[in-house]
Amino acid sequence: MILPSLILILIVGGIASWIVARRSEVVARLIAVASVLADLFVCFGIWVAYLGQSHSTPERWFVECDFAWIPQFGIRIHLAIDGLSLALLLLTYFLGIMAVLSSWTEIRERVGFFHFNLLWVLAGITGVFLAVDLFVFYLFWELMLVPMYFLIGIWGHERRIYAATKFFLFTQLSGLLILVAIITLAVLHHQSTGVFTFDFEQLLHTALSPRAARLLMLGFLVAFLVKLPAFPFHTWLPDAHTEAPTAGSVILAGLLLKTGAYGLIRFVLPLFPGPSRELAPILMTIGVIGILYGAVLAVGQTDLKRLVAYTSVSHMGFVLLGVFAGNEIALEGAVVQMISHGISTGALFILAGLLQERMHTREISAMGGLWETMPALSGAGLVFAMASLGLPGLGDFVGEFLVLLGAYRANVPLTVVATLGLLVATLYGLRFAQSAFQGPNPHHWKLPDMRLREWAVLGLMMMCLVWIGLYPQPVLNGVRPSLAAAAKCIPAGNCQEIKR
Amino acid sequence: MNDGLHLWLIPVLPLVGFVLNGLLGRRSPKALVSTIALVFSAAPFLLVLHVYTSFSALSLPYIERHTSWIATSTFHADFAFALDQLTLVMLLVVTGVGFLIHIYSVGYMAHEEGYWRFFAYLNLFMFFMLTLVLAENFLLMFVGWEGVGLASYLLIGFYFKKHSAVRAGMKAFVVNRIGDFGFLLAMFLLIIHFGTLSFIEVGSQIAQHPDWHGGVLTAIALLLVLGATGKSAQIPLYVWLPDAMEGPTPVSALIHAATMVTAGVYMVVRTHALFDRAPLALSVVAVIGAATAFFAATVGILQTDIKRVLAYSTISQLGYMFLACGAAAYSAAIFHLVTHAFFKALLFLAAGSVIHAVGGEQDMRLMGGLRRYIPVTFWTMTMAVFAISAFPPFAGFFSKDAILAEVFRSPNGGPLLWTVGIVTAAITSFYMFRLWYMTFFGHLRLQRETTHHVTLPVGLDDELLATGHSTNGQHAHGQPHGHGIHESPRSMLIPLVLLAVLSVAGGWIGIPHSLGGSDRFARFLDPVTHGTGVPASFEQVSIAMRTGAPIPTTEPPSKLEDPQTERMLSGCSVLAALLGLLLADTLYRRKPQLPARMAAGSRAIYGLVVNKYWIDEIYGFLIVKPLLIISRYILWGGVDRGIIGGGGRVLAGGTQGVGAVLRRIQSGNIRSYAGWLAIGAAAILLLAFFGFGAHIHMGVR
Repeated sequence: MILPSLILILIVGGIASWIVARRSEVVARLIAVASVLADLFVCFGIWVAYLGQSHSTPERWFVECDFAWIPQFGIRIHLAIDGLSLALLLLTYFLGIMAVLSSWTEIRERVGFFHFNLLWVLAGITGVFLAVDLFVFYLFWELMLVPMYFLIGIWGHERRIYAATKFFLFTQLSGLLILVAIITLAVLHHQSTGVFTFDFEQLLHTALSPRAARLLMLGFLVAFLVKLPAFPFHTWLPDAHTEAPTAGSVILAGLLLKTGAYGLIRFVLPLFPGPSRELAPILMTIGVIGILYGAVLAVGQTDLKRLVAYTSVSHMGFVLLGVFAGNEIALEGAVVQMISHGISTGALFILAGLLQERMHTREISAMGGLWETMPALSGAGLVFAMASLGLPGLGDFVGEFLVLLGAYRANVPLTVVATLGLLVATLYGLRFAQSAFQGPNPHHWKLPDMRLREWAVLGLMMMCLVWIGLYPQPVLNGVRPSLAAAAKCIPAGNCQEIKR
Repeated sequence: MNDGLHLWLIPVLPLVGFVLNGLLGRRSPKALVSTIALVFSAAPFLLVLHVYTSFSALSLPYIERHTSWIATSTFHADFAFALDQLTLVMLLVVTGVGFLIHIYSVGYMAHEEGYWRFFAYLNLFMFFMLTLVLAENFLLMFVGWEGVGLASYLLIGFYFKKHSAVRAGMKAFVVNRIGDFGFLLAMFLLIIHFGTLSFIEVGSQIAQHPDWHGGVLTAIALLLVLGATGKSAQIPLYVWLPDAMEGPTPVSALIHAATMVTAGVYMVVRTHALFDRAPLALSVVAVIGAATAFFAATVGILQTDIKRVLAYSTISQLGYMFLACGAAAYSAAIFHLVTHAFFKALLFLAAGSVIHAVGGEQDMRLMGGLRRYIPVTFWTMTMAVFAISAFPPFAGFFSKDAILAEVFRSPNGGPLLWTVGIVTAAITSFYMFRLWYMTFFGHLRLQRETTHHVTLPVGLDDELLATGHSTNGQHAHGQPHGHGIHESPRSMLIPLVLLAVLSVAGGWIGIPHSLGGSDRFARFLDPVTHGTGVPASFEQVSIAMRTGAPIPTTEPPSKLEDPQTERMLSGCSVLAALLGLLLADTLYRRKPQLPARMAAGSRAIYGLVVNKYWIDEIYGFLIVKPLLIISRYILWGGVDRGIIGGGGRVLAGGTQGVGAVLRRIQSGNIRSYAGWLAIGAAAILLLAFFGFGAHIHMGVR
């Protein structure tokens, strides 16, 4: 019962903090922190129990929970956790706490409802990372959406309605595709075996004709690519990220994008190995286009948050490249990249939020020379900009290095082009750090430096990035068994054969 | 394994200094900040000395392996440090010169805002540089490699309120990263073809396969060369170094002269096993080196900013080191690296002392006659000028001579590249003595107001502005020292004197056979630079190093076929240096009106050289501008908002009604949100079951 309680804590915590907020907003905030912290501790306990002792875990799942829900259709509440889900859940709760803390002073209206939405999004994300039953997975996939829509639409910035609507439409429509694909898959499974089930592990063995497999894969793929986001589907992201309140941006960039990548690794690769193999070169190319496209666009932005948003497109391109490179190294790199991107980009959004809270603008041209008045905040900005441009010793470098190394085995020219992305990353990273913090201070800003709470948030994130950058082994060891299963789906070297 | 050396402490100690000063420095008194910085830069120097004394007892290469960093199924990279003769030499240079420059900075930076920041960055640099030098594998070296780039970026942009400083920092970082792109790709190739990133394992695999030649090895070597040209400011990536002079002068001395910029040379020597099997790459290195040496020297002739002259001379001297690497004369390259570290650090520090003395002025046209005011600076700088111009018996003579002799003999070099080298030597001597005469001789061209504020002579500032030079130097040095020209404090002079001694005598560790020496330096490095490494001979060498006794020739006698030729080559070097001196003497002491007339006589060439061949402008036009235009107007304005975003808008527009409904939701009261949430969830469920049902029918049919 551990796993459902992870979700229940958040759902109940959300309702509680909504109710309590009428009397005390601080208590509501504390309830929110406490419920996410509780989940974090539970996951940490699982980590210690299952990964601390031995490196090889013979069972597929560390903890599993499975009971019937709608037996007529074989829908079961089947939740399970392995290294991959665990790593992403730890990230979820870590960023969840950071999100609550970073909106402590930013959000002053409808505090209770804000935290209700925040916790419910986290509940949805938890469910996505845990669900093994595809129907349940879909429910949680949709559950993430509505509260996120409110977060953007109510507490967002100037063009929030437009951004929220765009976000909702894109994800909702692509979500429908996934629903159709899931149901068709179940039906096909029923046709061939006579058993109705939505259980992922049983559906794995469904016999599919190549054509059916390809169509079904596309259903899943589009939904996940929109969420990721991959190149032509990314257009909702800059608007949503820019207009969302800080906590919303952190959760969008840090977690929601990861559900797309998670879906690719967890479901698309194992369910549709054949089409994945066929499409791998195309998808890797899309990834590389995303890397360069996002990076080049980030360089030219004049809105600080939009700049960070486009860096996300670039970074998630690395993830897509890694997922379809067809070897374990690239996959491991993709997961490390997911985690460290969550932290580094989350931190950049928090920084942008801190600046906006103080200056009431996101325009880069209105900034400059802030180092003079806020040395600590500017120093932190520099550190996270360095992480974002892939400085070795910080988390993003490990992820990008492994992805590129793995991709190099699969496709040399694409990897060379992708590596150029790191070069452009230098430009946007420095643009972030310099235009805001360095140079003269033409507008004579005099602003308060970071407060203790803000220090704590960014300091913790910094420590995590250094930790992943210098000692990624726990993460790599933790996710390796889950990835080994996924990597087998595109046998190593397969892309090479296709390319050559 | 000999425990107890604790190599890891050497880089980590400065890191501790960085963390202490970085976190606490802002609120600490200056004395505490400088004490911390000095202690944590002296400690690694003492440790290196300790390593040096116990060196002969070690079995080399000595590896110290700590935890694993990245381990995957196919490769692993550890936190591991390696020590051999090459490492030891580099460690001595980096910690020794580094410590001296820390001392100097205490005096130089005494009146600066952000004192603590400067020392924190300086210690951070030491950490990364020592990591780079000690790394046992490519990936750990890459940490140091990018890290020194970061430290350099921070220090160039130390005066962050100045636009030009910030821009120079960005340029340095970006150009360095172009080089790092090559380094990264080289690592991918290494992992795929060697399965390891360890220097030693790569070297031994190559040694085991005498038949491996060219091909992948050439590709790896060329990619590494790309990395090296970035870090060591060689053509085509040299453009960042002159701008890097925006940083405080001690930084120019430490990072942009003595240590960081030599990292490319160090890397080529460290990986020379690869280069030895890739003759094409070696030729490329040699040509790049010779071309850079010559090209930068010509630019140096007409620069008027004292630090920029030194910057171009650094590029030029690094070119010599590259030329040596290309001729497979690795020990000569490292020899020149060492002596260059001494005399170039001295040149910069002395230039800093000059700048300090004249209140922040950097334009040599406004100096002159300073030898009377700042005698210690004058004499120490004189040593350095003679050293870089390669007069015997100064340090630069022996190392430059070793390079030129090897280039002459090498199949990758030959008389042509040797000629380039010797001509460059003459030019070097010329522009260094030009600097010497303009700064210290003649009469002072600075004018001072009665209030003792240093200002420009009337009329000159227009000309200066026209040529684009900053007129007031880099910072507020003028204000606290408004009392006129003065010698620097002792904390600055002591490092100058020590470095002057090294600039004179530093070359004596490698006097060649042809001049009656025993070529000890090359022999010491032999086990590393000759790859296969004969540990048996090393002990004898190291004993000889300390006793000074001749080394029993267990090694094959080095390629000294003809001491006669070699002596003749040395003679040519001396002649070239003399020629440069005489020319400078004529133009800048005896007939000072001549240069202007010559410039007027050949406007075209003069304009070309004075504007540094317009390379910066060409790069800006070809690369920087197009990128911004593509980003802002084509991709962002056109594609992203027009085409892709247009698709999105069509989608959004088609469902305008939905949007209107959603807007209404938003404007409602809080309670209705919960209702909408519930309705949404129910709708999804219904939709799911409805869709589901339809499919069942389909399935049954």
